[in-house]
Amino acid sequence: MSISQPLHDLTIHDASDLLTRREITSVELTEAVLERIKNVDERVKAFVTVTGEGAMAEARVSDERRGEGAVGPLDGVPMMLKDNLCTRGIRTTCSSKMLESFVPPYDAHVAERLRESGAVMVGKGNLDEFAMGSSTENSAYFATRNPWDLGRVPGGSSGGATAAVSAGEAMYSLGSDTGGSIRQPASFCGVVGLKPTYGAVSRYGLVAFGSSLDQIGPVTKDVTDSALVMNAIAGHDARDSTSVPFEPPDYTKALVPDIKGMRIGVPKDYFVEGMGQDVSDVLERAIGKLEELGAEVDRDVSLPHTKYALAVYYIIAPSEASANLARYDGVKYGYSAQEAGSMWEAMEKTRQHGFGPEVKRRIMLGTYALSSGYYDAYYLKAQKVRTLIRREFEEAFERFDAVVAPTCPTPAFELGAKMDDPVQMYLSDICTIPANIAGIPAMSVPAGFSFGLPVGMQIMSKAFGESTLLRVAYAYEQSMGWRHLRAPV
Amino acid sequence: MGAEVVYNWCSGEAMALSREEVEHIALLARVGMTEEDLETFGGQLSHILEQFNVLNEVDTEDVPPTSHTVDLSSVFREDESRPSLSQEDTLSNAPRRDDDYFRVKPVLG
Repeated sequence: MSISQPLHDLTIHDASDLLTRREITSVELTEAVLERIKNVDERVKAFVTVTGEGAMAEARVSDERRGEGAVGPLDGVPMMLKDNLCTRGIRTTCSSKMLESFVPPYDAHVAERLRESGAVMVGKGNLDEFAMGSSTENSAYFATRNPWDLGRVPGGSSGGATAAVSAGEAMYSLGSDTGGSIRQPASFCGVVGLKPTYGAVSRYGLVAFGSSLDQIGPVTKDVTDSALVMNAIAGHDARDSTSVPFEPPDYTKALVPDIKGMRIGVPKDYFVEGMGQDVSDVLERAIGKLEELGAEVDRDVSLPHTKYALAVYYIIAPSEASANLARYDGVKYGYSAQEAGSMWEAMEKTRQHGFGPEVKRRIMLGTYALSSGYYDAYYLKAQKVRTLIRREFEEAFERFDAVVAPTCPTPAFELGAKMDDPVQMYLSDICTIPANIAGIPAMSVPAGFSFGLPVGMQIMSKAFGESTLLRVAYAYEQSMGWRHLRAPV
Repeated sequence: MGAEVVYNWCSGEAMALSREEVEHIALLARVGMTEEDLETFGGQLSHILEQFNVLNEVDTEDVPPTSHTVDLSSVFREDESRPSLSQEDTLSNAPRRDDDYFRVKPVLG
């Protein structure tokens, strides 16, 4: 590794190598990234908040630490957090008017873990308000743009986190994924996005949306970086009662370019009607590559309950959201309507003006699905179908090490294209939702292009099979050249 | 660009919410609504609810519900006192504060 490319284009592991060899300092690296943000973020709009001064202070401390002895691979490397991850003393908005001035008095577990790893935080990433959306256009502040084509969306809801990594405005970021919010924008922005197994990463300090579905995960420029970040954030945390007590492996051990004999299933059900020929062609070539690398690929797999996943999701996630978002009452923190008279009036006005349309839509939907007389027909029914979807995956993983599918049926769409039709927007998550329903890990890796726009391949495995995902993704990535490409912004 | 996705997840049965129902949901959710909101949300929610009818095809007789995908239940810890957020931190984001209290609007009257 030599400094033959701009510093902001480096991966974590390349930057870490240069830092270790004292060819660069964290201060230089951080300055380069902040300079990049200054140059491109006016166009990309990935950041809600840039924490330049804090980042420079952290970089100086990192350089001092390095001077005193060996440090870990994330030490001194600039990163961004999606703005629904609480950061002590730093505004955390969820891209909502409701939390515009909210300054958390504590750090999310993952923020703590990254601080302990010596990370340098350059800012907080834009999202669809409260992570509800698939394009980042639902941000109450501004829409983030796709660095590959500024007229298109970056995907969502972690659009700021993926656009920033794609545009070199951060070496990596953390997003959250409730129905595809890491993987779908990773696919649109040509980066690597990993949604861990439910319970593998603590949700403490993640502003809750759909509590049985939400997971935090890394957005990176390549698969090696994904393993490095997983090493820092995975593991048990008593402050999240759904955090699973397990000893995380060293995920970098999975980075071997060998998938000979691995059994990979390709479920037909993910190649949905109306999916672009361009996307299925890219996937077909990628799957052919896995075969060429020695994997035993079965293209005749059927997971027939897949088609119910979207309906199950849009009952369960809004139901959980309607309960989680009941806390925004204008009393304890956040926006508060001042002019209203009684407590109830104040609460209604606070929520009317504090929430945007998509958030209200989901609160209404969830409230309805949970209301007296409809609970059995919607929520309970959805939970039962959820069981069937889980079982179907469990059976599939008795036969296969991994399942491969498109991440999204289309590449990035144009800004505004789906804003008037919620159902069309929801369909964008059709290939990513099943993994959240089943709680299994899934990742999106760049697999090629359609008319200049990135297309992602999704890999899924059984619960706590992150090492399998990383191994398949790494072998594929090493056989292709995508990881060296950078967005033209 | 690929074609528009036309994947069918609906069975197309009509499921229109009445204006009164929309108003009732808004009240339960404590979200204030204008006349225009009631109209827009009513139409959109009806359209979304239609999509859910597809689940009626699935036989779920004797299928237990899944509320969580991890097999953990009743996670307890020892009942020991530990440091927690300070009163100052807890009140630091309060929209209305009165000394060491959150100030609320009148509940009665």
